[in-house]
Amino acid sequence: MNNIVELEKIKKTYLQGKVDIPAINNVSLSIKKGGFVAIAGPSGSGKTTLLNIIGGLDQPDSGTVRVDGEKFETLTPSRLAELRLFKIGFVFQAYNLIPVLSAAENVEFVMLLQGIPKKERLRKAHAILDDVGLSGKYNRRPAELSGGQQQRVAVARAIVSNPSIVLADEPTANLDSKTGQGLLELMKTMNKEKKVTFVFSTHDKMVMDYAGRLVRLRDGSIFDDQSK
Amino acid sequence: MYSQLAWRNIWRNPRRTIVIMTAVIIGVFSMIFLCGLMRGMEVEMIRNNLATLTGNIQIHQKGYRADPVVENSMTDPVLLENAIKTNLPEGAAWAMRVRVNAIVSNARHSTGVTFVGIDPAKEARVSFIGKAVTDGRYLNSDDTNKILIGRALLDKFKTKIGHKLIVMSQDADDEIASTAFRIVGTFRAEMESTEKAYVFVTLSDAQKMLKLKNGISEAAIAFKGQSIDGQKEKALAQKLKSRLPDSIYKVETWPELLPMMREYLSLFDNFIYIWYFVVFIAMGFGIVNTTLMAIFERMREFGLLKALGMKPVSIIRGVITESFFLLVSGIIIGNIAGIITVFLINRTGIDLSALAAGVEMWGMPRVIHPELWIIDVITANLVVLVLGLVVSIYPAAKAARFTPIEALEKT
Repeated sequence: MNNIVELEKIKKTYLQGKVDIPAINNVSLSIKKGGFVAIAGPSGSGKTTLLNIIGGLDQPDSGTVRVDGEKFETLTPSRLAELRLFKIGFVFQAYNLIPVLSAAENVEFVMLLQGIPKKERLRKAHAILDDVGLSGKYNRRPAELSGGQQQRVAVARAIVSNPSIVLADEPTANLDSKTGQGLLELMKTMNKEKKVTFVFSTHDKMVMDYAGRLVRLRDGSIFDDQSK
Repeated sequence: MYSQLAWRNIWRNPRRTIVIMTAVIIGVFSMIFLCGLMRGMEVEMIRNNLATLTGNIQIHQKGYRADPVVENSMTDPVLLENAIKTNLPEGAAWAMRVRVNAIVSNARHSTGVTFVGIDPAKEARVSFIGKAVTDGRYLNSDDTNKILIGRALLDKFKTKIGHKLIVMSQDADDEIASTAFRIVGTFRAEMESTEKAYVFVTLSDAQKMLKLKNGISEAAIAFKGQSIDGQKEKALAQKLKSRLPDSIYKVETWPELLPMMREYLSLFDNFIYIWYFVVFIAMGFGIVNTTLMAIFERMREFGLLKALGMKPVSIIRGVITESFFLLVSGIIIGNIAGIITVFLINRTGIDLSALAAGVEMWGMPRVIHPELWIIDVITANLVVLVLGLVVSIYPAAKAARFTPIEALEKT
C-alpha cells in the first residue's frame, strides 16, 4: 500500500446557531507516503477541518478515513489516541508548546507518552533539536525562544518519533517570511532525508510553492489538485 | 517528568498557589493545634479525675457505689489484698481506704464532706494527696486523731492548723459516731471543690471511729503513666474478677467509675471530627475552585496533550499530581507550624483561670498544656491529603473531557 492517507466521500457540517454550515463536502483524497502536500484555500474553505479529520482530532459526519491502513471509524478513542501518538505528528499555527517545559522537554514529552526510556529520550531530543538548528537551546523555555524557534521545536516534537505523517496547520502563519522560509526548508529537508510525509493547510503562497502537491479547497470541496 | 511538569504547573500562577496552599496550611495547622488543645484537656481531665481518689481501677463490695454507707464495706480485705498483690502490673500502686459521707463541724460551721481513711504511705502513690499538702504536714501512719483538710475548707471554717474539727458519721453499729480530729495540714487541689469535699485521716482512725475493725470501703489501683482508652485497666480488671467472688466484689475501671467523663471525652472526639469536617469543607471548595480555574486557563494545553496522544487517564493523573504537590507542600508547612506551636505552648500552657469555676466541674485544668498525639497528626494529614485528592478528581475529569478541537480553539 502506497497511500498513507485515504479519504473517501468525507462530509462534515457544523451547526452555527440553528444553521448547518457545510465545512467539508464530499471530499475524497489520497496522499502518498513521503509526500509534501499543501491543502490551500481561503479562510473557511475547510482546510483546517480536513486536517483535523486526517489527524483524528475531529470526526466526519460521513465517509471513511484511513491513515497508514487504520480505518478511523473502527477505532476506540483510546486506540485513536495511540494512533495519534505513534503515527501522527502535529504542528500548529500557534506552536502550542507546553510553556513550563524546556525545548528539549517539549520534544521529550511525546516520547515520554510513548514509554521511551529517559536516556534515549534525551539523546533523541537533543539530536532532533540539533537537526532543526536549535543546538545549545535545549534548556530554553518557549517564552525564551523566538516564534521561528518555537515553531522549530514544534516541528522537532512532531517528527522526533518518526511518525508516518506530520500534519501542519498553517505553520508559517505567525512567522515573518524569512523565518517561514527557513522553516519550510527545514521541513523539506526532513521530508527528503527522513521520508516523513508532510501535509500542510495554508493560504501562504510560499508554502504552496514549496509543496510537491497542491490541493485547493473552496467551500469544502476540492476544486484543484496538482502535482509538481 | 510527569512530576516535574506537575510541580512547574502549580507555580505558573504563584499567587493563586500560595493562596490555596495557605488555606491548606491553616487547615492542617488548626487541626493539629485544636487536637493538641483537646488532647491536653483530655489528658489533664483524666489525670485530675484519676488522681482525685479514683485511680485506674477500684474494687468495692457490691452495692457500695449505689449506696456508699458503712454497711457496704468489705469486712475482710485479705482475699482482695492477695488478688491485687499477685496481679499488680509493674510500676502500679494500690491503697485501701475507708470512705464514707460525714459531717465535719467546728464551733462556727458545719458541712458535708467525704471522710477518707487512708494509709498515708500507700495513698501518696495512688492519689493526689501525697503531693498536695501546702501548709502543715502530711499524715503519718502512726498519727492518732489527726486530720488533713483542703485549704478552701479551712478558709470556709475560718479555722487554722492545730485547731480541732468534729467529724460525725454513722458507724457499723448504725450509731452516730463522732470524733474530734486536730488539723495537721491543708492541701491544695486543682479544683476548689475538691478542697472542700474531702478530709483525710489515717485508715486506723477511720476504722476505729466507724467500728469497722479491718473493714475498708474500697481499694484503688493507680497505673504508672497516662491512661486514655482504659484498655490496660480492662485487662487487669478481668484478672481480678477471675480471682474474686463475683457475688461479693465489684471491680470497675475508671471509664466505668466516671461514665460522665467518658461521655465527655467522646464528645471531645466528636468535636474534633466536626472540626475536621468544617476545615475540610472550606479547604475542599478552595481546592476545587483553584484547580478548576487553573484547568480552564490551560484548556488549550489539555487539547494539545490530547492531540499529541495523551490518554484521558494520564490527564487525570497529571491534574491529581498537581493537587498532590499542592496538598503535600501545604501539609508539610502546616505540620511544622502546628507541631512547633503545640510544643511551644505546651511549655507555658494556656491559662483558663478566668473560666476555672465554669470548667472545674469536668475536672478541667486551669492551665491547658496542649499535647501532640501522633495518631491525630496522621489523621489530620490523611484527611487533608486523601479528601483533597478525592475532590481534585472532579476538575481532573473535567480536564480529561475536553476534546482537542474545542480546547485548541480556545485562546
